[in-house]
Amino acid sequence: MLTRADFPIFSAPVPDASRPLTYLDSASTAQRPAVVLEAMDRYHREFNSNVHRGVHHLSQRATEAYERTRRLLRVVLNAAESDEILFTKGCTEGINLVAAAYLAPRLQPGDEMCVTELEHHANLVPWQLVAEAHGAKIRGIPVLPSGELDLDRLEDVIHARTRMVAVTQISNALGTIVPIEPILRRAREVGAATLLDGAQAGAHALIDVRAWDVDFYVISGHKQYGPTGVGTVYGRRARLESMRPYQSGGGMIQTVELERSTFAPIPARFEPGTPNIAGFIGWGAALEAIAGVDVGTDFSREQWETGVGALMAHEAALRPQLDDVLASVPGVRRLGPENRIGIASFVMEGVHPHDIGTVLDQHNIAVRTGHHCCQPLMRRLGVPATVRASLGAYNTPDDLEALRRGLLAVHAMFGGSG
Amino acid sequence: MDLRDLYQETILEHARRPRNRRSLPDATASAEGHNPMCGDHVRLALQVSDAGRIEDAAYTAEGCAICMSSASMLTEVIVGKSVADAETIFRSVQATLTGQADDELPGDLSALIGVRTLPVRIKCALLAWHALSACLHPAESPGERTHA
Repeated sequence: MLTRADFPIFSAPVPDASRPLTYLDSASTAQRPAVVLEAMDRYHREFNSNVHRGVHHLSQRATEAYERTRRLLRVVLNAAESDEILFTKGCTEGINLVAAAYLAPRLQPGDEMCVTELEHHANLVPWQLVAEAHGAKIRGIPVLPSGELDLDRLEDVIHARTRMVAVTQISNALGTIVPIEPILRRAREVGAATLLDGAQAGAHALIDVRAWDVDFYVISGHKQYGPTGVGTVYGRRARLESMRPYQSGGGMIQTVELERSTFAPIPARFEPGTPNIAGFIGWGAALEAIAGVDVGTDFSREQWETGVGALMAHEAALRPQLDDVLASVPGVRRLGPENRIGIASFVMEGVHPHDIGTVLDQHNIAVRTGHHCCQPLMRRLGVPATVRASLGAYNTPDDLEALRRGLLAVHAMFGGSG
Repeated sequence: MDLRDLYQETILEHARRPRNRRSLPDATASAEGHNPMCGDHVRLALQVSDAGRIEDAAYTAEGCAICMSSASMLTEVIVGKSVADAETIFRSVQATLTGQADDELPGDLSALIGVRTLPVRIKCALLAWHALSACLHPAESPGERTHA
């Protein structure tokens, strides 16, 4: 399993040796293990070249390394075939792709789509843009004060006019594990297409697109210990084949004449231009490290489930201590339900999250502060912003003690204000 | 950096006991500043006489200690000033907090100088000041203005 020693950033120099880096912002972006950096470096130093283009051996080697990641992602998502895995820049581009290439051409005025009030802006704004352009409407499954979804409302918000149901698997702001199965079931009953936003799930939960019978699933590499700028849209073959290209250019065509073109089969149809080759190779190395196999070795679904299971167990073991730390600091209130991953979102009486973040930063503790790109959720919870601490493979009980000391320092400085 | 250089007692005191944090029913100008990164916002309202003197200033806001205390100090400093003087103070505060000048700031404002070492917090300190600028230049800023 990945541990702290696998991540070079924790050996980097710090301004004050008595305050080592406490990184509690993995839900924003995870740190990268050395094997990821080495895999990307090796590509640049030994076989840098374009993919799917050259007859020379460098291009063949680069293509093999790049396409391996697609094979690995098939296992990670439990897709039926690798061709259903489209490479993108990340979750945000993936949702935009589905909104523009799948949904937009099918929308009629008066149609609806359904999201939840938990969503990240990336799973709201792309749908708003196509809704606006086609006279469609967006409905939201409401969030209860507990931070859980009000599933009693499913039949009101998902019905015969619903064309797309797009829901997060895990809330980025609260860590809530969303009960996706009843939502997907309701969507199927009414014939709506479905998309799951897996941004927070990749290294913190199991994903099974076939068991869930979902049409689209998006995921990002950088929250899975891979580099930034790489992501995936899984799409069921029949859905993908029914879609026109999203962006166009080289590499996605079959034949091009001056006035018209025919398009390549999936997945190439949705992958124009030269991709982030090093990034996808690095992401593959991250997946291998999670599965616990050597670099360049394929892994089975069972190995993947064991690897992710170990990460989940590590975080589940730390979470009670994280909750204890928050409960031990005067004025701190955690938001969101118990059923969640290693994320704790909280506020402190009379102290703005920004000020908490700055004081913690002086203790070399990295947390996220703000609205977490979830303004509708913040409004529903009645707070302008929160502080979010999120766990990763490298976190230890010492990190959580550092958080306790940092929060007590915040309380000492601002206590009684507000 | 020592945290006490950023969170000087003057700042904490203004954050705890803000001056002029209220609505201003007789406002002749008002404007809002937003920081979309963190969701902070300040609504500043002025009552300006026909002779161009700022008779009263008040604000409502949701924000961090730096943002709130800066708004509080602003209202203390500009009341009684002419529009032209307020404009000069705005330029001086902006230039000094962004490190482009070393002016002596009036009133309690010199306590804000610690933000110069924390670029992500400069926006917090300037949010109310951008709202002031929008109040003083309504022609350039119809309706609400957003400052990133």
